Amino acid sequence: MTPDLAQLVERVTHLYEDLHFQSVHDWKSEEPGRHAIGYMPIYVPRELVHAAGMLPVGILGGGDRLEIIRGDAYFQSYICHIPRSTIELALTQRLEALDGMLFPSICDVIRNLSGMWQMLFPERYVRYIDLPQNFDPAVGGTFWRQELDTLREDLGRIGGREIADLELRQSVVKYNENRRVLRQLYEARSERPWFFPTSEVYLVLRAGTVLPVEEHTKIVRRYLELAPLQDDRRDQDMSRVVLVGMFCEQPPLGLLITLERAGCWIVDDDLLLGLRWMSGDIPEDGDPLQNLAIAYLEQSAQTASVYQPEGRRGAWLVDSVQRNVAEGVIFCAPSFCDPALLEQPMLVAALEREGIPHTQFKYSENTGQFAVIREQAGTFSDSIRLWSEA
Amino acid sequence: MSNSQTKRHGDVQKERSMALQKELVGGHFDALGRAKEEGRKVVYTFVPGNLTELMRSFDLLPVLPEINALQSGMRKLSAGYISEAEKHGHSEDVCTYVKCDIGMLKKGNIGPTGKPIPAPDLLLLSYTGCFTFMKWFELLKQEYEGCPVAMLHVPYQADGQVHSHYRDYIVEQLRSEVIPKLEQVSGQAYDEDKLRSNLTLSAQAEDDLVWVLESAKNVPSPIDAYFGGVYYIGPIFGAFRGTQEGVDYYRTLRSEIEERLANKQGPITPDGELDEERYRLVIEGPPNWTSFREFWKMFYEEGAVVVASSYTKVGGLYDRGFRHDATRPLETLADYCLGCYTNLSLPARVDLLEDYVRDYSADGFMINSVKSCNSFSAGQLLMLRQLEERTGVPGGFIESDLVDPRYFSAANIKNRIESYLQMLEQKRGAAA
Ligand code: SF4
Ligand code: SF4
Repeated sequence: MTPDLAQLVERVTHLYEDLHFQSVHDWKSEEPGRHAIGYMPIYVPRELVHAAGMLPVGILGGGDRLEIIRGDAYFQSYICHIPRSTIELALTQRLEALDGMLFPSICDVIRNLSGMWQMLFPERYVRYIDLPQNFDPAVGGTFWRQELDTLREDLGRIGGREIADLELRQSVVKYNENRRVLRQLYEARSERPWFFPTSEVYLVLRAGTVLPVEEHTKIVRRYLELAPLQDDRRDQDMSRVVLVGMFCEQPPLGLLITLERAGCWIVDDDLLLGLRWMSGDIPEDGDPLQNLAIAYLEQSAQTASVYQPEGRRGAWLVDSVQRNVAEGVIFCAPSFCDPALLEQPMLVAALEREGIPHTQFKYSENTGQFAVIREQAGTFSDSIRLWSEA
Repeated sequence: MSNSQTKRHGDVQKERSMALQKELVGGHFDALGRAKEEGRKVVYTFVPGNLTELMRSFDLLPVLPEINALQSGMRKLSAGYISEAEKHGHSEDVCTYVKCDIGMLKKGNIGPTGKPIPAPDLLLLSYTGCFTFMKWFELLKQEYEGCPVAMLHVPYQADGQVHSHYRDYIVEQLRSEVIPKLEQVSGQAYDEDKLRSNLTLSAQAEDDLVWVLESAKNVPSPIDAYFGGVYYIGPIFGAFRGTQEGVDYYRTLRSEIEERLANKQGPITPDGELDEERYRLVIEGPPNWTSFREFWKMFYEEGAVVVASSYTKVGGLYDRGFRHDATRPLETLADYCLGCYTNLSLPARVDLLEDYVRDYSADGFMINSVKSCNSFSAGQLLMLRQLEERTGVPGGFIESDLVDPRYFSAANIKNRIESYLQMLEQKRGAAA
C-alpha cells in the first residue's frame, strides 16, 4: 500500500474505532456554539442538520469493540444487538458530544428506542423521524413536508437561529456532491473490485457518518484516486456477489474481511445505505424543503423498511445483480432483525425466478467467530464460479 | 402455595354472552366459507387500526389474520403452521403470527373452525403500531398475485400527541387510497350515511365495553380483565364493531357483569368462579395462546385477578375516552387508528400502566414479554423499572411467545409467577 493511501486508511480506521466520538468533540470545540445531532440508521435528512450549522453524526452501535455491561439489562435476548450497544454508549457518556438524537422509522426496535431515550435522557432533544409510506406528493408528500418543517423549526431553536432557504440549498448541493462521489466509488468498485476491497470501502464510507460532509467528499475523492494506484492489488479468480441485509446493525469488520478472504468480491451492498439514499441529485433550486420532501418520495433507495406500492419486491436486487454482473447474492442479516429477515423470503423468491444463486447467514455486531461463515461463503463462492464457468 | 381459589357451579359456567360470542364468530366463519359462492368480497386487515365500520359500509367481509393465528394457537395448530413456514424459508427470529398465517395458507388456508378461509379480494394494510404488518401483507401479496393492497400509513404518536397533520394525512389516505380501492373491490360507491350509522353502533358497543372493563375497579373485581378480557374484546376488535350484533353482545355482557357485581361475585375461570381475590394485578403485553388455559390457571389458582391490561387496548383505547364519532366519520377513524395502544410512545405506555396500577388499586404488575413482538417488547425492561419507581410497587417479568409453543416454558413461568406473588404476600405482611 502506498504511504498516502495507508495514511488515508489509517485515518478512517481511527474514526471507525473511536467510540468516544473525539472527532465530533474536536469539531464542536473549533467554534463556540456548535451543535451535533446523532441519528440512527437508515435515512434522515442530514441536509437539514447541516443547514442548521450542525454536524449530523451516525450512531451505529458499538460494534465488536464495546463491552456491554449495562445495555443487556435493557433488552431481552431475542432483540437484536444494536439497541443495547447504543444504550451502552449513552450510559457510558460516550455520546456526550450529541445535542440531540433522531430515530427514523425503520422498525419497532428503533421506534421504541426513541421512547427509551425520552425516558432515560429527558433533558436531551429526541425526535422520531416518521418517514412517509404513501408516495403521492399530495398525500405522503404533504405529511413529510410538515414533518420536515417541524424538524427545521426544532433545529433552528436548538441552534438559536432559523434555517434559511439559501443555507438549505447550499447543504443540498454539498450532499448531492457527496452522493455523487459515493456513486462513483460504488461504480469503481463494481468495475475493478480488486482495487476497492469492501473492508476498506466500508471504512471510507463510515467516515461519512462522523465527518462534515465537505471533508468526507474530499476523502472519498482522494481514495478514488489512490486505490487504483496500488500495484499489489490485482484481479483474482474470485466470485462477484451482492451483499444484502446490513442496512442497520453493522457487521463486524472481520466479517467483511472474511467474505473477501473466502473468495467473494462484493460488487454491491446495502451498507450505510443512508449515505447513498437518493438515486440521483436533489434539485438545487426552488423550494429546498419541498425538494427534500419530493426526493424522498421519488428517489429513495428500495429497502425493507420502505413500502413499495406496486409490490415488486426484489426487483432492485435482481437489477443490481444484472447491472453489477454479479454471480450470486449473500443475505447477511443481523439476528432478530425483523426488516431484513421478513424481507428475505421475498428477495429469495425474486432471485429464484431469475435463477440467481444465493446463500444466507446471520450475524451480530459483536460476532467474533467467522469460521463457519468463511466456510459457507467459500463454498458458495466456489459453487457460483463453477456455475458461471459451466 | 398452590391452593384452588375457584368453586365450580355445576359444570363450567357458561354465560349467555359466551354463547352469543360463539354464535357470532361461528356465523362469521360460516359467512366467509360461503363468501365465494355468494359472490361476497373479502378484505384482510389487522386489528390495530382496523376500519371495520368502513369495510362493512361496503358490505365487505373482514378477515383478521392475527385472530386466525391466535385461534390456531389456542387449537394447538400453530406449531405445525410455523414449522411449515420455516420450511419455506421464513426465519425462526420473526413474529410467529406471520409464520402461523403463512403456514396455514400453505396448508390450504383452512381456518381455525375447520372451514376454508377465502382468498382476499383486497389486503387493507392498516399500518398502525407495528412494523411487521407491512411485511406481513407484502408477503401475502406475493402469495395472492393480483390482489390489490391498500396501504394506510398511520403516523406514530412519538411525542405522545396527535398532531393535526397526522389526522389530515390519514384522512387524505382514506380518501385517495383506501376508499377508492374499497369501491373498486365492492362495486359500491362510498356511502357516508351508512358509515355514520355503523359508527353510531360502534360507540354504543364501546360504552358498554368500557363499563365492563372498568368494573374491575371494584373490589373484588367481577371480571378478569386479561384472560377474561381477551374474550370480551373479541367481537369489537374483530369483525363486529359497528354492527347491531356487536351492540347486542356488549349489552348482554354488561348486564351479566352488572349482575355479578351486584352479587359480589368474582371472575369466571375455566374451573368455575373465583371465590377469593387475593391479588390484583395489571398486565402488560399479549398473552400466550398455545397454553392459554394453563397460563391463566397459574394466576387464578393463586387467587390472582388481572384488573387491567394493555393488551386489551391494542384495538382501541376506549377507556381513555375515545369513541367513534359519527359526526366526523373519516376524522374519527383517523383518531381511532392513532390511538391504538401499540401506536403510543413508550412514555405514554408507562403513564397508562401507572394510572392502571393506581386507578385499579393493583397490588402489583407483570409484564409478559413475547418473543414475537418487537412493537410490544422492545423497551419493556425499562418500562418495568420506570413503573416500579413511579408506583413503588415491584413488578414481575415473564417471557413467552404468542403462538410458538417452543417458547412457553410452563415450569419456568409458573415458578416466576409463584415467586412474584409470594413476594407481594411478604410485602403485604411487612406492611401490616
Ligand atoms: S438491526 Fe434490524 S431490528 Fe434491529 S434495530 Fe436495526 S432494523 Fe431494527
Ligand atoms: S409484531 Fe407484534 S403487533 Fe406485529 S403482528 Fe406480530 S404480534 Fe402483532
